[in-house]
Amino acid sequence: MSESIVPESELEEVELYHAKSWWTEKVFTQDAKLIAVQYGLTAFAIGFVALVLSWFMRIQIAFPELSIISEGTYYQFITMHGMIMVVYLLTALFLGAFGNYLIPLMVGARDMVFPYLNMVSYWTYLVAVLVLFVSFFTPGGPTGAGWTLYPPQAILGGTPGQESGIILMLVSLCIFIVGFTMGGLNYVITILQARTRGMTLMRMPLTVWGIFTATVLALFAFPALFVSAVMMLFDKLLMTSFFMPALVEFGENLTYGGGSPILFQHLFWFFGHPEVYIVALPAFGIVSDLISVHARKNIFGFRMMVWAIVGIGALSFIVWAHHMYVSGMNPYFGFFFATTTLIIAVPTALKVYNWVLTLWKGNIHLTIPMLFCLAFIVTFLNGGLTGLFLGNVVVDVPLSDTYFVVAHFHMVMGIAPVLVILGAIYHWFPLITGRMLHDGMGRFHFWVTFIGSYLIYFPMHYLGFIGVPRRYYEMGQTEALYTSSAADLNVFITLAALAVGFAQLVFVFNVFWSAKKGIVAEKNPWKAASLEWQTPDQPPVHGNFGKELPVIYRWAYDYSVPGAEDDFIPQDVPNEKVKLAKGHSQLGVEST
Amino acid sequence: MVPFILLLVIVGSVLFHIFTPWYSTPIASNWSNIDKTIELTFWMTGGVYVAVLGFMTYCVIRFRNKEGHRADYEPESKKLEIILTVLTTIGVAGLLAPGLIVWDEYVSPPEDAMPIEAMGQQWYWSFRLPGEDGVLGTTDARNINADNPFGMNKNDPNGQDDILIEGDDLHLELEKPVKFLLRSIDVLHNFYVPQFRAKMDLVPGMVTYYWIRPTLAGGYEILCAELCGVGHHAMRGFVKVEGKEDYKNWLDDQSTFKALQEEAKLENKEKLAFHKSN
Repeated sequence: MSESIVPESELEEVELYHAKSWWTEKVFTQDAKLIAVQYGLTAFAIGFVALVLSWFMRIQIAFPELSIISEGTYYQFITMHGMIMVVYLLTALFLGAFGNYLIPLMVGARDMVFPYLNMVSYWTYLVAVLVLFVSFFTPGGPTGAGWTLYPPQAILGGTPGQESGIILMLVSLCIFIVGFTMGGLNYVITILQARTRGMTLMRMPLTVWGIFTATVLALFAFPALFVSAVMMLFDKLLMTSFFMPALVEFGENLTYGGGSPILFQHLFWFFGHPEVYIVALPAFGIVSDLISVHARKNIFGFRMMVWAIVGIGALSFIVWAHHMYVSGMNPYFGFFFATTTLIIAVPTALKVYNWVLTLWKGNIHLTIPMLFCLAFIVTFLNGGLTGLFLGNVVVDVPLSDTYFVVAHFHMVMGIAPVLVILGAIYHWFPLITGRMLHDGMGRFHFWVTFIGSYLIYFPMHYLGFIGVPRRYYEMGQTEALYTSSAADLNVFITLAALAVGFAQLVFVFNVFWSAKKGIVAEKNPWKAASLEWQTPDQPPVHGNFGKELPVIYRWAYDYSVPGAEDDFIPQDVPNEKVKLAKGHSQLGVEST
Repeated sequence: MVPFILLLVIVGSVLFHIFTPWYSTPIASNWSNIDKTIELTFWMTGGVYVAVLGFMTYCVIRFRNKEGHRADYEPESKKLEIILTVLTTIGVAGLLAPGLIVWDEYVSPPEDAMPIEAMGQQWYWSFRLPGEDGVLGTTDARNINADNPFGMNKNDPNGQDDILIEGDDLHLELEKPVKFLLRSIDVLHNFYVPQFRAKMDLVPGMVTYYWIRPTLAGGYEILCAELCGVGHHAMRGFVKVEGKEDYKNWLDDQSTFKALQEEAKLENKEKLAFHKSN
């Protein structure tokens, strides 16, 4: 997969922006690498809030007799936990943090094409986070409408947070989308326009493919959320009736009339389903690269992997109503959406096969990033297969709105992507900080996180089989379903959740401790072939690539190439410069 | 240690499924086909789960890094990728086809199914039966007031004999198909009886439906399965499935819309008279 012909550069290099003061260098920075760290730290900070909320929820579910929180607070916590985790943590981390750090380095650019816009993107995101966070302290508190914010309930009096929480939530989402759009355009245009010479699209690592496709999805999907948020704000503040039919609230006839609650659900899920892949596709890309590096083997079926990412991305726009099988929409939609949903399982399954086939005849180093990859395959496969239950419309009927759904989506878009994020942090930490994360703490963190989350979510599916509904503050006396053994199971799940939560504290400590006192990393410690590790400095400095931009001669997966002495050939090394193994006069593979 | 734990995950998951005390409640409706589809999905996905993870674990054992070991170089194998694509497509189609057939049954109520309205509001259930004419009268949320909690159209002749059950249990006749017409007057709710294996949202402004044929006598709890505010978890109802005789006896005790209206009028008159006399 190498080629010696490299095209001439099409454009002169543009002079890079240079910071003139401490403030513009460290705080209002335009360097994508630092913006990435800002995005990452902010996302983790607000994500930690969401994690703590989940502890309260789990304690309430397991020990309802304690009434540690009230009904209203419980619904507020589930809402904020869900929205923060999906949008403000996962989306911001994958695109804002990993996108910013890795795109320029991996495609051979000195920075994003619009550094100023990139900076504004982060500060806008920060405002969105703060607006959301403020709702905890306003009268009535944050909204308790559930993260799906379904009207009419979301803006009526029976739901907590309808004084101001729901307004702040909707405003915050709008601000988030504005900020994301600035960043997202940057990522897409940088990938399309600022790749270095020789970096063809099919030589980009899958990480970049995943982030690129996810960003395109987000740019198309978020506007649907934006308009639904604006329309709901109008319904709430101006008494319009986009989503509000004629209704009676606690005996009082309201002035609404003619709107459709189902319309909101279509708009929400037109965003919400692609959102699943906005989180999943970067995870797919990153995990592919991590497996390849740590198994010292090229990713199996690279071209298939690229087309699977693109295909899944396209299909993700025509499956949204599988979240609405029992919503009361026209039931004949079920035939169409079940079919498209199960079709999407095919490219997704192929990706799983290819990850596992990459391990076949590999040289597997059980490093911490590799452990996270293996754990990702387990949880993603599990969550993907339960998707075949919920996607198959009639099977969804008894399981919808039960704990089966909670277990499914946590497994597939909670735990699985988070395992990739954690693996990726262990993998790229040496590049970002120049130091290694502590191995012992890392392994402890890995095992508790993986085994703990499996013990949380695997048995949880069975609560769904019994029929235990989600979003219940307490089950009360429901003997037919909620036997005492089911209550015991909930206690067990809560204990596992608290253990996993504790392990994350160890991780946070490890990150801060290792950034200061960790072992200094050798250059390119994992011996990776992709471009981000080939910078003259580690960590890479402003401008990334010294005087000359690198020239790319091969794909990112030349591991264990026969005839080469080392088991990896960096992307910027031409065939002539590859050190040959003893007894070889040339590399053992034909160029393609 | 790593392959050992991976094996433990696989074996543990399978054993958990076999020995779990937590599985579906005894079914009380005609939807055993839904249970069968779930069972089929379990076998197929379970097989894939064990096979893929088993293979992965084997790879971790067999190809773990050793001194002097080097990975193979094999970018892709068209043949293998095509075989896997075809097999997966067949498997997925094998799940989808029976699923869609059962869904077709689910959305097609039989002609003779009795319409029963289940009405939700924060946070309780009410029911309406069609009475002797077998037809439910029309309603409108705008008609709702203290004397007319169902929002009935008072001029609709079909509605006069409708039987209204407010905040009390619903009874169903064994083996008699029922088409539930679902209506909400405030927010989304969901009419869910786990033993029936069926559910559907109630959406204000429209009427949704599903149908069942109760097959097992007994009392079952109705749970709301769509978040509807702080009282969501407490929004319960009760449905009793019983034989023909018992059902008829229960039905005879219920009041029609007309009777309730007259009762209300009488009450109002009495109140008025009471006020006058004082």
